[in-house]
Formats: sequence, structure tokens, C-alpha cells
Amino acid sequence: MQESLVELIRRTSAEIPDDVHQAILTSLENEKKGSLAANAIKIIDQNIALAKQKSQPICQDTGSILFYVDVPVGYDEITFAETAREAVKEATKKGFLRQNSVDSLTGRNDGTNVGHGAPAFHFHQHRSPEVSVKLVLKGGGCENVGAQYSLPNEKLHANRDLDGCRRAILDAVLQAQGKGCGPGILGVCIGGDRATGYELSKTQFLRRLEDRNPNAELDALEQDILKTSNELGIGPMGFGGKTTLLGVKICAANRVPASFFVSVSYMCWAYRRQGVALNCESKIQKWLY
Amino acid sequence: MIKLTFPFTKEKILALKVGDEVLISGVVFTGRDAVHKYLHEGGKLPAGVSLKDGIIYHCGPVMMKQPDGSWKCTAAGPTTSIREEPYQGQIIHDFGVRGVIGKGGMGDRTMEACKENGCVYLHAVGGAAQVLAECVKKVRNVYFAAEFGAPEAIWELEIEDFPAVVTIDAHGNSLHKVILARSTAALEERL
Repeated sequence: MQESLVELIRRTSAEIPDDVHQAILTSLENEKKGSLAANAIKIIDQNIALAKQKSQPICQDTGSILFYVDVPVGYDEITFAETAREAVKEATKKGFLRQNSVDSLTGRNDGTNVGHGAPAFHFHQHRSPEVSVKLVLKGGGCENVGAQYSLPNEKLHANRDLDGCRRAILDAVLQAQGKGCGPGILGVCIGGDRATGYELSKTQFLRRLEDRNPNAELDALEQDILKTSNELGIGPMGFGGKTTLLGVKICAANRVPASFFVSVSYMCWAYRRQGVALNCESKIQKWLY
Repeated sequence: MIKLTFPFTKEKILALKVGDEVLISGVVFTGRDAVHKYLHEGGKLPAGVSLKDGIIYHCGPVMMKQPDGSWKCTAAGPTTSIREEPYQGQIIHDFGVRGVIGKGGMGDRTMEACKENGCVYLHAVGGAAQVLAECVKKVRNVYFAAEFGAPEAIWELEIEDFPAVVTIDAHGNSLHKVILARSTAALEERL
């Protein structure tokens, strides 16, 4: 098991998923040749190739380590978490992860990447016998430009409706400018409480970039936010250009009548997301992205 | 592409303008959150570190210790610079810094300090840790590793042809201000 998880971490850190790479290549075609935007994307593309070839982190900020684990009923989650924590320590020693976890009170970094709340585990039971482990490494730069809005918001003229959600989400894109290492990908949750809203917004990063939202209203909103954001001229790294976002993924969750949150998570272009299905011996049976 | 080589004299820095693409070669020192806070609070640079006519790089690299005791830089992209906005202007002034490499841009106070002191902000491609690590030819030394931890330490690096874009120049111009104003107006039309 530990070996499989170290390999999952290595590949997540060093190899960009195909759907993301494809979107980056497409964006290069859209940018003006020789522009700052095109040159930035070229460096990004070179970096993707180099990281894969050298089996080294795409970005030195190997980020928050987020495990999403689907397990059958009766599965031993405690042992899984213990093993995964050891796998994180091993992957850190091997340089697939930076020494990236800091005690918030003392400021101490013990160099293991393991501590209270780190890595983070999200277990979900399902009725299938399959164990699948998805991993997202989310850097701090893009995490810092995430935003949560409580509607109504007078300043944004955002009411409790889809237009209000649109205004809030586009404000998040505007405020982020190039600080989140764009072109970025948005994960959004409409509704929920402050905690579940952010949590669900991040689960949107498990979706493939080219998929479409089965809910027609959310699908239309996703397409609209993507198109509008790319008309703002923020561009890769905030250098200006046509590619501000590579994708937008939105979900909705029930809320209490008194609250209406829009939670926006921003993912940088270095969108590190992978997953594996494990067989009964905990070996990697297949890759999920 | 403009070659910007050590020493980073005031004359070379004043010749740069917003939008210039540069390839930087020479010695630079990394410094991020802990270092900036420390210097801002009156901390002294360790012996051997001088930022005079130098470049500070907002970076927390991945470093692997080699069997012979030396360090190898295996990932070294820029970190978000705006977190250093409360400290940067003063540090540029106090230590004679000529260039700041980072990503995401910086605010008015840093822009003013660049203008007053003859300094530029050099935007590297965020996330391009491997391309930029290839430009690190040698890790010469590390300071404050025990106090601040590896990502936050001051690393003395020799870099060669490190690509960056001048997004704040020494003449009061900022690409970040221009893009923010333009995108704010563009959004207003689309609401």
C-alpha cells in the first residue's frame, strides 16, 4: 500500500494530467505569438515536460496534500491514514514533496509534511468493492486567492440569485489577477455553510476539465464565467492576454434560509490531480486521470 | 531578451522598463516571509550576505543534500510576492536592493520604493519550478536554515539566464496597475 501511495504522490507532483496539459496547449494557440502571455505559456509547457522527464515537482510549492478516498463498507480507514502519512514522509524524503508543513503556533517545520490536519483525508463510503484514491496537491499561492462571499453583497450588487453568484465569482477572478498563477481553474460551491462550501468547491477539482455539468443552469454559468473571465485581459501570470482561466466547475449544495454563501477555490495552472484504483493487494490497478 | 548580469548596477536597472523580458545571471539570495518579517523588525543579515546592488528572490526552493554535503536545487519557482508588500519597500531602501524576483506583482509602496531607490520588480513564471531550477547553476550557501526551515531560509544561488519580465520599473510604472485597471473596466461592461 505504502509503495502505491508514494507512486501516486510522485506522479501527482511531477506529471500534469492530460486534460490540463491539453487545455494549456490550446491556450497557447489563442495567445498572440511573441506576447508576454505566449512566452509565459511556453515556459509553462517546457516546465511540464521537464518535470515529467526528471520526475521532479512541477512546482516547488507541493501544496496542501488532499486525499479523497472512496472505500467499501467496513474498510479500515485508520490503517489507510497511517500508511498514507508514512507515504507522505517517504515522498518528502525522496524530494517529490517539499518540506512544506509548518506548525502554525511555533512556526516550526519538522520537515515531514505530517502533523495535525496534514495531510487532509476525505473518506467516502460506497457500495462497490473498489478502493480508489484521488490526490490533489494545491499550492499556497492559488489557495490564498480563494474567496467566500455572503450574499447579498451590496458592494457587488449581488443578490441571492444566479446573477448574484455570477457577480461574486467574477469578482474573485478580478481580485485574483495573476496572483494565483493563472491561467487558473475555478472550483465553486453555491450554498452550504462556510466549511462545507469551501470543501465542496475543492471537490470540483476532481472533475475532468472537458466534462460538462449535468445541471443545465450550472453548465450555462460555468461556460459564461469562463468566457467572460477570458475577456477581461488578465491573462497568464496577469501579464495580459486571452487566457485568464482554463476551466470553471460549479456545484450547488443546500443552505439554511439565513445563509447564502458562494465559495470560490482557485487552482493554479500547475493543477496537480491524480488518482488510482487499488486492487485487493493494494497495488495500483489503474490510473484514474 | 535583455541580458541582466551581476553586478546589478543602478545604471543597468534604470535602463529597464515595464514589459522588458530579461535573462538574469549572477548571484541572488532567496528570501520570503520569515526573512522579510525578520529584516523589517530590525534583524541583521548574516555574515556573508549582502543585498547591496543585489537581487532578492521570493522563493522557497526544494533542496536535496548531496552525499558530499553540498546542496542540489531540484525545484525553484517564485512564490507570491504580495505577502512581502508590508516589508519590501523598507528592505529595498535599507539594504540597497536593485531587483526583486517574484510572482503575482506588488503594490504601491514597493513601486514607490523602486522609483526612489532605483530598483525593479522582475516577474518570473509562477509554478515553473523545473525550468527555473535548471537556471540555478550552483547553491553557494544557506543561512537561517535551522531558524526558519528550508523553504524560508536564505539560499545563496548562482543563476544563469533566468527568465523574467520587468513588471514594475524604476520609473514609477507597474504592469500590474495597468492590467488591474483595464480588467476592472472590462468586467464593469460585462455585469
